[in-house]
Amino acid sequence: MDHTSYPDSYIRGILNSVKIIAMVGVSPRENRPSYFAFKYLLERNYRMIPVNPGQAGKELLGQKIYARLSDIPEPVDMVDIFRASQHVMPVVEETLTLKPAPRVIWMQLGIRNDEAAALAEAAGLKVVMNRCPKIEYGRLSSEIGWIGVNSRTLTSKRAKIFGKGVQRMSLNRPSVQGGTTAADRATAAEE
Amino acid sequence: MTERNPGFNTLAIHAGAQPDPTTGARATPIYQTTSFVFDDVDHAASLFGLQAFGNIYTRIGNPTNAVLEERIAALEGGTAGLAVASGHAAQVLAFHALMTPGDEIIASKKLYGGSINQLSHSFKNFGWNVVWADPDDISSFERGVTPKTKAIFIESIANPGGVIVDIEAVSKIARKAGVPLIVDNTLATPYLCKPIDFGADVVLHSVTKFLGGHGNSIGGVIVDGGTFNWSREGRYPMLSEPRPEYQGIVLHETFGNFAFAICCRVLGLRDLGPALSPFNAFLLLTGIETLSLRMQRHCDNALAVAQWLSSHKDVAWVSYPGLPGDKYNALAKKYVPKGSGAVFTFGLKGGYDAGVNLVSNVKLFSHLANIGDTRSLIIHPASTTHRQLSDAQKVQAGAGPDVVRLSIGIEDKEDIIADLDQALKG
Ligand SMILES: Cc1ncc(COP(=O)(O)O)c(C=O)c1O
Repeated sequence: MDHTSYPDSYIRGILNSVKIIAMVGVSPRENRPSYFAFKYLLERNYRMIPVNPGQAGKELLGQKIYARLSDIPEPVDMVDIFRASQHVMPVVEETLTLKPAPRVIWMQLGIRNDEAAALAEAAGLKVVMNRCPKIEYGRLSSEIGWIGVNSRTLTSKRAKIFGKGVQRMSLNRPSVQGGTTAADRATAAEE
Repeated sequence: MTERNPGFNTLAIHAGAQPDPTTGARATPIYQTTSFVFDDVDHAASLFGLQAFGNIYTRIGNPTNAVLEERIAALEGGTAGLAVASGHAAQVLAFHALMTPGDEIIASKKLYGGSINQLSHSFKNFGWNVVWADPDDISSFERGVTPKTKAIFIESIANPGGVIVDIEAVSKIARKAGVPLIVDNTLATPYLCKPIDFGADVVLHSVTKFLGGHGNSIGGVIVDGGTFNWSREGRYPMLSEPRPEYQGIVLHETFGNFAFAICCRVLGLRDLGPALSPFNAFLLLTGIETLSLRMQRHCDNALAVAQWLSSHKDVAWVSYPGLPGDKYNALAKKYVPKGSGAVFTFGLKGGYDAGVNLVSNVKLFSHLANIGDTRSLIIHPASTTHRQLSDAQKVQAGAGPDVVRLSIGIEDKEDIIADLDQALKG
């Protein structure tokens, strides 16, 4: 895994298999991107656990906020990190002390720490960097097409409605890659 | 770990479309509705707060229009698109996201006449100023840069045709100036040229023309290249500063490399209002499915007609970059190797009267103001679109008394040539 691009099957596999996500660095302010992602994933039936030392003991959208990962009293499948790249390493180190160990480390859009990724991968975890799980979910379910975004997927299969209502789509559908953008290539070149 | 990438024709048919989730309808349904029910109050709040993807009201977004947006974004290699009511509306919204009163656009002098009007007169009412540059002298773009410059605007192939702009050279000037390069790619379409590959940051289309291709619907699209950093210098506050109407969210921070398209939608389209009809989006999408086939035929026919005209005794000159020896032939080979489009001008030795005669005598060509139809079209600008200008202004605009503009259709080329032949004789 060179972490400049990820096959859709890799991302889909992660989002389809994890159930409990701890989000480190999530903000309680409803205009912050981390709040958007937290709320969106909660509405897609992930069990979302907020981690933020400054907010510990309070609740975020009905979910108890913990100060640190090791305070969470239940197993976690994935740790989603909303911290600047230089602060990622301690979070990964703490993740590796959890028992049972989470299966996935996810670093948000704009966040990348290769050293931390290598450490997690050496311990057998899957790693995603510089991506947002909300955007990836929206892309692979094709919900994101509703706001004109190039999902870079093609499919002849019908999207399945997710849960109640009509404006939520499930991830449970195959697709093929639908092209690349200059923006992706520029990111790959920078890295 | 790379997966197979689909080709252009596959994208032209599939990108953005899928069987309808509720009925299984395979063609894209026309969601001819103003509004969409919310699942519940919380869902409504998430949609209005931009926290969820979804549909609210057709002025802001519509699932038929969304297919068109994603389709063209995929064809251009952009991150997102926004469909609007016309090509001109696309221009207004794109600039609205960037400009404040007193700011400047550096624009190519060689633009569609309607765009020259829009920029010179209507934009002045918003306090947006234009600095004109000459694509035949690329350094004029660089000389136009001031601290107030917010964007550079060019057409890839300029209407009325014949001019190919060195996109890559202009993009270097834009990058150095720290402003986005906006390219109107209407005449080329992404089949002939993908400006983002040459450094454009935003691509605009009058989808009315070759993309839709059948002369039945007006529409426009804005494509976000995803390549520009809107926050670096704080020069684009609509993207880089908290928005009071959306509880203080910062669009660039929240939407990353598709923030420009979102900004044009949730601030421009929402507030200025030029929404595309879903019915038009459906017709335009149907047109795009055959874009490659049509565009190649348009170009092949246009080259044949240009060649035929250039050896005609009554024709003084033909301006078509696909002709060997044309001033723009080298640029055409670089930017539009599959063909130089189907819109071009030529001059009649007989001047104004010969032009009027030609448009009166044609039987297959339609005398009208559009371009990019399956049908061949003709216009004599001096007696129609440019009539109000002085003779000197006409010449400056490439619409001198002798000039005729053609938009070559996809009929049989022998029939197109035969019609011109009889009309020139008559
Ligand atoms: C190059 C170009 N850009 C923009 C436009 C404006 O598009 P619309 O007529 O769809 O508003 C046109 C229309 O002729 C055009 O030729």
